[in-house]
Amino acid sequence: MEQPLIDLVDISKSYDGTAVLDELNLSVKENTFVTLLGPSGCGKTTTLRIIGGFEKPDKGRVVFDGQDITSLPPNKRQLNTVFQKYALFTHMTIAENIAFGLKIKNKPKTYIDDKIRYALKLVNLDGYENRSVTSLSGGQQQRIAIARAIVNEPRLLLLDEPLGALDLKLRQDMQYELIRLKNELGITFIYVTHDQEEALTMSDTIVVMNQGYIQQMGTPEQIYNEPENAFVADFIGESNIVPGIMIQDELVEIFGARFACVDKGFGNNTPVDVVIRPEDVELVRPEEGTLTGVCTHLIFKGVHYEMEVTTPDGFEWLVHSTGMCPVGQQVGIRVDPFNIQIMNKPASEDEEAVGVNE
Amino acid sequence: MNRSLNKYLAAPYIVWMIGFTVIPLAMIAFYGFTDREGHFTLANVTAIATPEHAKALFLSLVLSLASTVICLLLAYPLALILRERGMGKGSFIVFIFILPMWMNFLLRTMAWQTLLEKNGVINGFLTFLHLPNLAIINTPAAIILGMVYNFLPFMVLPIYNALAKIDDNVINAARDLGANNLQVITKILIPLSVPGIISGINMVFVPALTTFVISTLLGGSKILLIGNIIEQEFTKGSNWNLGSGLSLILMAFILVNMALTAKYDKDGEGNAF
Repeated sequence: MEQPLIDLVDISKSYDGTAVLDELNLSVKENTFVTLLGPSGCGKTTTLRIIGGFEKPDKGRVVFDGQDITSLPPNKRQLNTVFQKYALFTHMTIAENIAFGLKIKNKPKTYIDDKIRYALKLVNLDGYENRSVTSLSGGQQQRIAIARAIVNEPRLLLLDEPLGALDLKLRQDMQYELIRLKNELGITFIYVTHDQEEALTMSDTIVVMNQGYIQQMGTPEQIYNEPENAFVADFIGESNIVPGIMIQDELVEIFGARFACVDKGFGNNTPVDVVIRPEDVELVRPEEGTLTGVCTHLIFKGVHYEMEVTTPDGFEWLVHSTGMCPVGQQVGIRVDPFNIQIMNKPASEDEEAVGVNE
Repeated sequence: MNRSLNKYLAAPYIVWMIGFTVIPLAMIAFYGFTDREGHFTLANVTAIATPEHAKALFLSLVLSLASTVICLLLAYPLALILRERGMGKGSFIVFIFILPMWMNFLLRTMAWQTLLEKNGVINGFLTFLHLPNLAIINTPAAIILGMVYNFLPFMVLPIYNALAKIDDNVINAARDLGANNLQVITKILIPLSVPGIISGINMVFVPALTTFVISTLLGGSKILLIGNIIEQEFTKGSNWNLGSGLSLILMAFILVNMALTAKYDKDGEGNAF
C-alpha cells in the first residue's frame, strides 16, 4: 500500500477538561484534496492546527511522510497554512509578504523575485508586487495568503475555512481557483469548512466530523448518496430521515408501506433509519404511489419546486421536483429502490457520535 | 437635539481650553519675548546659550533620553510577556505594575529618597550585611532611577496595547512560514507595535525632559535640570520673563520630538498628546 503523506494516530485533545478530539485516526494520501467537514465545535479546526503544529495533542502522534513530527514546531514543518482571516503582514508590501518565507530560508534574490512573479501569476494578481495589503479586497487578500504559502513549495497545504469571509459569488469563483491550483501544483490540500456544498464541489475525499469523531470518510458521491448514519445524511444536503423496519433483504417497511430497496444484511424485522433525498421522492397519482399523502406546502425555488407532502401518520416529506403539486391535493409517493439508503439505528446519543469510528 | 443647543453644550469646554490652555500659552509667549518693562526682546530666549542654562538643558536631554531608553528596554519584554499570557491571566502582573500609579507621584519619589539616602533604608540594610554602601543619592543615576520608576508604566501600557491588537494568526502565519521565535519578534511584533513604541517614547521622554521634582528630591541641589532652572526663575528668582523664555525653548524641543515621531504614529495609538 502507498505510504500516506500525513498520518494522524490516536490523536486526543481536550481544552479545560472538554474533549475536542478523541482517539482520532486519519490518513491522507499524497496529491489529494481532503476536506474536513463538520459543524462548528466538531474538532475540524483543532485537527488542522495539530497538523500545522499550532496545537500539541494530549495524546497520539502526527506522522508526516513516515517521520514523527508531533513535537516539531510549525517553523520546522514542511507544510504551510492559509488562515481564515488571511493573516497577512500589514506592515509589508504584497511582494514582501510573499517573500517572507523565502527570505527566512535565505534564498537568493533572483530566485525570490522569480517566485513572487510566478505566485502572483498563479493567483491572477500579476503586477500587484508593490501594493499595500490594506488596498486589497477580501478575495484578493486571500489569494495573496495562498500565494505566500505556496511559494515555499510545501508538500501539504492546510486551509482553515479560507473562503469563510467572502461573499457567495466570490466564494464560488475561488472554489474553482483552488481546484485549478491544486491540479497545477500537484500538492496535497487539507481543507477545513462547515459548508457542505464547498466540500462536495472541491474534494477528492470528504471527512465528515462531529463531536471530535470522524463520522464518515469517502468521496463526495459516497458521502452524499450513501451516508452511513443520520448525522451525515442530515448534515450533507437535505434529506428525509424516516424510521423503518427492514422486513428482509431488499425490502423495507416505512409507515406500513413496503418499499423495494437494494440494501442487504440488516437481518429480518430490524428497526432502521431510512434516508431518502428530497429530489428522489417521486410524486405520482395517488393510486400509483407506495404511500399517499396531501401536499401541505409549496415554494418555487427557481430550479425546482420545494413541497411538503404529509402522509397520514403525520410525517412531512420534503420533496424537490420540477413538477408541481398544488397545496391540498392528494398525491402518491414512490421511490426508486436505488435511492433508498438504509442505516442502522443508533442505540443511544453517544453511539450516534461514535458510530463509524470503531 | 438641534444644532444651536449642541453648540452651547461645547461652550464649557471651549471656555476651559481658552482659560487654561490658550491664555497661559499666550502669556508665556508674551513674557518670553518681553523684558520687565514690557519691551520686546529676545534676551530671555537667547539666555539658553549661557553656560549654566546650556549645561542644564544638555543634562536634561541626556538623562531623559537615557531613562526613555531604559524604560523601552524594560517595558518591551514585559509587554511581550503580558501579550503572551493574555490579559486574563496577565492582569495580576498588570495590576502590580499599575498599583504604584495610584499613589501620589511626589510620595513615591520621596520614598525613593528615603530608600537611597546615605543613612537610608538600603544602606542600613547593606551595612547590616557588612556590604559596601551605595552612594547614588544626589547623582544623575538616582534621577534616572526616579524617572524610570515613575514613567515605566507609561511605556508599558501603549506598547502592550499595540501588541495585544496583533492577531494571533499573524504570528502563527510567520511561524508557519519558517520564522523562529526571535524572527517573529524582530520581523513581525516589533514592526507592528511601532505606534505603541512611539507613544511610549513620547509619554516618557516629554515628562522626563520637563521634570523638576525628581531632580530636586533625588538629585539634591547640586544637579540642576532645565526644569529646575525654569522653576527657580518663577519662584525664587521672580524673573517670569526669563522663565518663560526658557520654557519656550523647552517647548520647541518637545514639538521637534513630536514632529519626528508623528509620522510613525498613524493610528494615534494611545497618544496622550
